[in-house]
Amino acid sequence: MCQECGCGIVGDVTIDGKTIRRDASHDHEHSPEYAHGHEHDHDHAHDHPHEHPHSHPHPHEPRVVTVEQGILEKNDRLAERNRGYFQAKGLYVLNILASPGAGKTAFIERMVVDLHDQVKAGVIVGDLATDNDAKRLRGRGVPAVQVTTGTTCHLDAEMVALAMRQLDLDALNLLVIENVGNLVCPAAYDLGEDLRVVLLSVTEGEDKPLKYPIIFKSAQVVVVNKMDIAAAVGFDRETTLRNIHRMAPQAIIFETSARTGQGMDAWYRYLDEAIRGHAASTAST
Amino acid sequence: MHEVSLMQDAVILAVKHARQAGGTHIHRLMMRIGPLSGVVPEALEFAFEVVARGTMAEGARLEIERVPIVCHCAACAREFEAADMLCECPECHQPSCEIRRGREMHLMSVEVS
Repeated sequence: MCQECGCGIVGDVTIDGKTIRRDASHDHEHSPEYAHGHEHDHDHAHDHPHEHPHSHPHPHEPRVVTVEQGILEKNDRLAERNRGYFQAKGLYVLNILASPGAGKTAFIERMVVDLHDQVKAGVIVGDLATDNDAKRLRGRGVPAVQVTTGTTCHLDAEMVALAMRQLDLDALNLLVIENVGNLVCPAAYDLGEDLRVVLLSVTEGEDKPLKYPIIFKSAQVVVVNKMDIAAAVGFDRETTLRNIHRMAPQAIIFETSARTGQGMDAWYRYLDEAIRGHAASTAST
Repeated sequence: MHEVSLMQDAVILAVKHARQAGGTHIHRLMMRIGPLSGVVPEALEFAFEVVARGTMAEGARLEIERVPIVCHCAACAREFEAADMLCECPECHQPSCEIRRGREMHLMSVEVS
């Protein structure tokens, strides 16, 4: 069974087909081509048998040891490292999150192709299995790396750190990370992105923002996608926008159709300003 | 979410700190969980029994302190405890854009011997 979410899927984490993390949690080897310098301690919860030729004190009085550490601290640390690295490379980074089938890949495909003359974009795509999305993007001339997460229902900062080595980052100024289709787990994992974009399609129901509070609370941008079929599926626009605003008052909302291009211009203008602002702040630091 | 692997990380962290303190047995783990962490305390408790097996935390008690969501309302210039995930200010009923606490997913301490 999947150790992460109990979904029954078993598999390794791979980047463009090469295994970087085995399914069993303790069998954690990196292939030589992914050798990397990050902090990599192998703490484990079991004891190894060991000889005790010397004697040492074994205090038996129970005492409280203060820890005060976040369980995700390691990921947060690696995410900060990614962020610094992206900044040094002058890269603006998007983390795109949505349920399966909301149109993440179509949205990214449209965006990077439309912006081809202004922005040099690369994509890291996360899926449980298959490299279909990376192939699809490469077919459009977009540099793309596929991470298959196997048992893991989200991307984490380490996977991104390893995947980005497969891209020529110096040739890019935008990195788009397409997270695994899931509205629960990816919310907790900082990848080092500059902007977190949550996509919601008109077929998903008006109350989705109320059902998945944490991911919507973490969004800086919410995109309502597939607007071209809104009428056909009886989409209640007013209720949806109200629910997004209630759950994510901090988020800027765009209404788009990645298929027809409707509403994409407003998003591009916002993104363009964000990239310029980021470049200016990076240059001044 | 994926409480089994998170609990596994928590146990690894607990064992590391227990060892550093010269302990060989963990009696109690104290965790602090906020509603916006995404983890369900009941699922952590369920996972704990499984992941602690065979470790020095086997048989230990897991105590989870549930902490509330605390937000700031800019309009009313006050901090408030949110009644639910919507984080609406009890005075002006506007949703808050500033969540100050409630995302905690921490191992606070371990009792060892």
